[in-house]
Amino acid sequence: MASDFNALKYLDKPMVLIYLLLVVFGCLNIYSASITPDQISIFDISCRSGMQIVWIVFSVVVAIVILFFDDNFFNQFAFLLYGGMLFLLIATIFLSRDINGSRSWLSFGAFSIQPAEFAKFVTALALAKYVGRQNFKMQTLRDYAISIAIVLLPMLIIILQKETGTALVFASFIILLYREGMSGLVPLLAFLAVFLFVITVKLSDNLFFGLAGIPAGLCYALIIVYLVQIIFLIHFRRDNFNALILAGVLLFVILLSVLLNIFFTPVNIVYVLLVLNILSVIYMLVVSFMRWRRTYWLVAVFVLFSTGYSFSAGYIFDSILQPHQQKRIKVVLGMVDDPKGVGYNTRQAAIAIGSGRLFGKGYLNGTQTRLKYVPEQHTDFIFCTVGEEWGFLGSLFLISLYSLLMWRIIVMAERAESHFARAYAYGVLGFFAFHFVVNIGMVIGIMPVIGIPLPFISYGGSSFLGFTFMLAVLLKIDTKREERLKGNIDTFRL
Amino acid sequence: MKADENKNRSIVILSLLIIIAVGFLIKIGFMQFSGRYLDIAEGNAFYHKVVYAPRGAIKDRNGKILVYNQKTYDLLVTMKVLDDLAKKGTPIDTDALCSMLSETRTQIEHRFANVKNFSRNPGYSPLTPQRFITQLSPEDYARVSEQLRKFKGFSIQSRTLRNYNYPSASHILGSIGEVNQEQLNEDAFYHLGDYIGVSGIEYAYEKELRGINGEEILLRDARGRIQGRYKNGVEDKPAVPGKNLITTIDIDLQMFAEKLLDGKRGSVVAIEPSTGEVLILASNPSWNPEYLVGRKRGTYYPVLINEKTRPLLNRAIQGRYSPGSTFKLLQALVCQQEGGITEDSRFPCNGPSSSPIKCTHHHGSPVTLLNAIEQSCNPYFWLAYKATIEKDCYVKRSFNHTRFHENYNRWRNDMMSFGLGFAFSDSDIPGLKDGAIGSERTYNKIYGKKGWRALTIRSNSIGQGEVEVTPIQLANAVACIANSGWYITPHINKNDSMLTRRHQSNVDSSYFSIVQEGMWRVCQFGTGRHFKIPDIEMCGKTGTVQNSHGDDHSIFVGYAPYNDPKIVIAVVVENAGFGATWANPIASLCIEKYLTGKCSRQELYDNISSTVKDVRVKQFDEFINSLANGK
Repeated sequence: MASDFNALKYLDKPMVLIYLLLVVFGCLNIYSASITPDQISIFDISCRSGMQIVWIVFSVVVAIVILFFDDNFFNQFAFLLYGGMLFLLIATIFLSRDINGSRSWLSFGAFSIQPAEFAKFVTALALAKYVGRQNFKMQTLRDYAISIAIVLLPMLIIILQKETGTALVFASFIILLYREGMSGLVPLLAFLAVFLFVITVKLSDNLFFGLAGIPAGLCYALIIVYLVQIIFLIHFRRDNFNALILAGVLLFVILLSVLLNIFFTPVNIVYVLLVLNILSVIYMLVVSFMRWRRTYWLVAVFVLFSTGYSFSAGYIFDSILQPHQQKRIKVVLGMVDDPKGVGYNTRQAAIAIGSGRLFGKGYLNGTQTRLKYVPEQHTDFIFCTVGEEWGFLGSLFLISLYSLLMWRIIVMAERAESHFARAYAYGVLGFFAFHFVVNIGMVIGIMPVIGIPLPFISYGGSSFLGFTFMLAVLLKIDTKREERLKGNIDTFRL
Repeated sequence: MKADENKNRSIVILSLLIIIAVGFLIKIGFMQFSGRYLDIAEGNAFYHKVVYAPRGAIKDRNGKILVYNQKTYDLLVTMKVLDDLAKKGTPIDTDALCSMLSETRTQIEHRFANVKNFSRNPGYSPLTPQRFITQLSPEDYARVSEQLRKFKGFSIQSRTLRNYNYPSASHILGSIGEVNQEQLNEDAFYHLGDYIGVSGIEYAYEKELRGINGEEILLRDARGRIQGRYKNGVEDKPAVPGKNLITTIDIDLQMFAEKLLDGKRGSVVAIEPSTGEVLILASNPSWNPEYLVGRKRGTYYPVLINEKTRPLLNRAIQGRYSPGSTFKLLQALVCQQEGGITEDSRFPCNGPSSSPIKCTHHHGSPVTLLNAIEQSCNPYFWLAYKATIEKDCYVKRSFNHTRFHENYNRWRNDMMSFGLGFAFSDSDIPGLKDGAIGSERTYNKIYGKKGWRALTIRSNSIGQGEVEVTPIQLANAVACIANSGWYITPHINKNDSMLTRRHQSNVDSSYFSIVQEGMWRVCQFGTGRHFKIPDIEMCGKTGTVQNSHGDDHSIFVGYAPYNDPKIVIAVVVENAGFGATWANPIASLCIEKYLTGKCSRQELYDNISSTVKDVRVKQFDEFINSLANGK
């Protein structure tokens, strides 16, 4: 262990600097957002900023302890930790008290802790260990299945704890898997799925070509699926002949049915398009048998599933999502205006940020912040304080700091000496990126309200400790490489 | 590690993240540079509380305070507090509340209903104090403030109201009332529920009296609760109190004149001729100005509006009368000026058998100008008038209408140069009426262009017909006589340096002395001889004016002293009979009071002031005073 004292010396300095800047900036903003009239100073333990400082000190101590761990520890014990975490997560459901319907908090006297925050870290370790094996290629169905299972297991348990926001964060492993060789089609298809969902829901009340009774959203979704099919044919098989046939048929059918609707009798274009898509599936299957190519078969499966998905998007939205979730999505999509209810937070957040102008109103001078116009401002909506009191320059500073943080994690990942280290770093990157995009997107009103914090800035001990922990492990693993470069270690294990 | 075919994916990931970050900044930039949200934020967070400027006081010419501000108290209630108490099972004691406010349970419940009624109280919020009872009487205030701490949710707010030291001069002082929607739209100074001058001096000098309201910027949290001052009040604006106004009115004299008008319909206007300052502007029937303040206004205003004797009409400036014989003074001047007569002209008078206008007095014939004024000879002024406006019109047996119209217009212009026929445009007295001197156009319309001559409009010669004046115009015309040819527009603001311009009349100053002497003779030997003032030489002219409303109006104009005019007065007593009987003594008493400060003819004073000429006026006075005593 003696050589491990060098850990502090070989820490990645830019990352440490970024971390410290974020922590100090976050602390200042928590003080401003939560200050009470009888609060003496930022260090007042009975108040939120003082409480946060206690957590920060504790987290830094934990981080320093981690730096003295053997760097192999996390690799070796990844699966064990993972198993233990799954057990703890399940236990939490039964042990914890019910807080607003959520069963995710374990209380130890004055301190409360949320195991789900640490499940993220442990899952990252386990997944990194799995995909970081020698010669792992992420090609077989088995590779995919096991990778996805590692992510889905804790995610499902956390959903059972009714912490949907935290569970969604696990979707960020898509970045790790993508970097480690997962087909680029997966994120593209995931994006397409979100896009089809949004377009179906958002335009469900609009009419296709102004025709009565025909929802434009679903029609567009079906046409997009059909068009993607054509793009696949051209991109993967350079089959311009069949692409042309499909495109011609689509154009002809749409024109014909629109004209029929206008001049003769009402035809439900939704069903026309559905039949068209199913016919194209059959056609693809026929071609796949004739030419004996698997691609046609996969395209057929894609069209079939996407068509079904588009049809069920409306159903998913209306029946599976809960009313408050539906409303949040509708507010973000601009379908409803609800300044008093669900839209209240979003609107007040926009007012707070928008009133900051270039230089902001000055630290501790934000009227909207001080007068508590934005609920939850010290936690999930902390960015309002930044926007209002520090203005555009403050927002630029914070977003730049985050961009630097993410850039630095990628730099550290790419210079890692093991697949495990690289995969783990991308897992950490995924978390930061997800929290950053979803939190700020939510506060500035371009994403639905999902209650997840802004790392190092929002008030909250578990979240702070969790993120510090992850970053400390990343730094520790990184120091080994530095040490070897400097010649302190002759050999390295792999 | 072997070569990594997915290395470029790190660039893809980083690029996507950078694009998202830049996208966020663009969106934030749009929010922060649109400026739209700043207004909304300030609208939400800042509560601009008006700090009312105290309204300026109004004083009389001797510095006596006529109108000042009085603190009154409103009882406020915060409904949320009461609701919370009721939820906790400890509602307020309604019976104790009733006894504290000395009101019945139904009245109290009605008040609560009114507070919560959005159409009556549009600014209702359960979280902020609402007006429960406005303007507590001093006794109520004393009792309420003593017991208030027993009633959580209730508080007291003070406001200032107008208060009056003298039960007098209501017309000219005017009153204040709540702003209406139109005024709110016109002037951003006012907020709903603010007071604004609606009549009299309060109206005319609104901008000077009101001062400048200040502003406190308070911080309001998301639930509408006040959380303190913005920047510790650094950006607050203090209120600038309204200016005090010193009027030209002499309040003792005003009250003296008003007392003399008791039981009569009429008015007294007195002016200091050398300055145009109005000393008296009295109109009866009248009322105590306190009756139109605050809550009382609702009771009294309808009474005043519906009263048959029309007390709201300020007869001194709005009553239109034929001047009658008093017009002969101006006639004497204008006819000399236009060459119709000279000082020495004589005309015959056949007494009551004169034609076309009878003489109401008995005197010798032929009459000189001086005698005509002293004896108020109708035929003289008819013939003088005819000689003036038909001068050189008969040419070779034909009548030159063009020249006649020219003559008439010159006569009319001369009359108007005394301030008749139009409302003074540079006066600060609000509500002046214009009166009339019949115009060529009017006569052309009635009689046709060639259808009228002096004979057609002969009534004008003795101040009847198409000649209409207001008492203040009459007083001003006499001031012009007293000044031998000029007047300063009558005004009520003592410190208005703008109002010093002399208006020159068209009549040459050399023609005035005979008229002044005539007026002196009226009060020495003529119709006005009965009410001489001891040791003071008064000049005047009586008028007995026929009208369509009943008995003749009694009119008197005059000034004193003869050699050094200090006060000019015009008195009109409606339907009272001879000018010499009523208007003359009132003028005489007022002049004496002003010049000597005392009333040496107490018996006359008592006699005049106790005489009722219109029983309805007496009844109205008694009714409105009984209202005041009853409550």
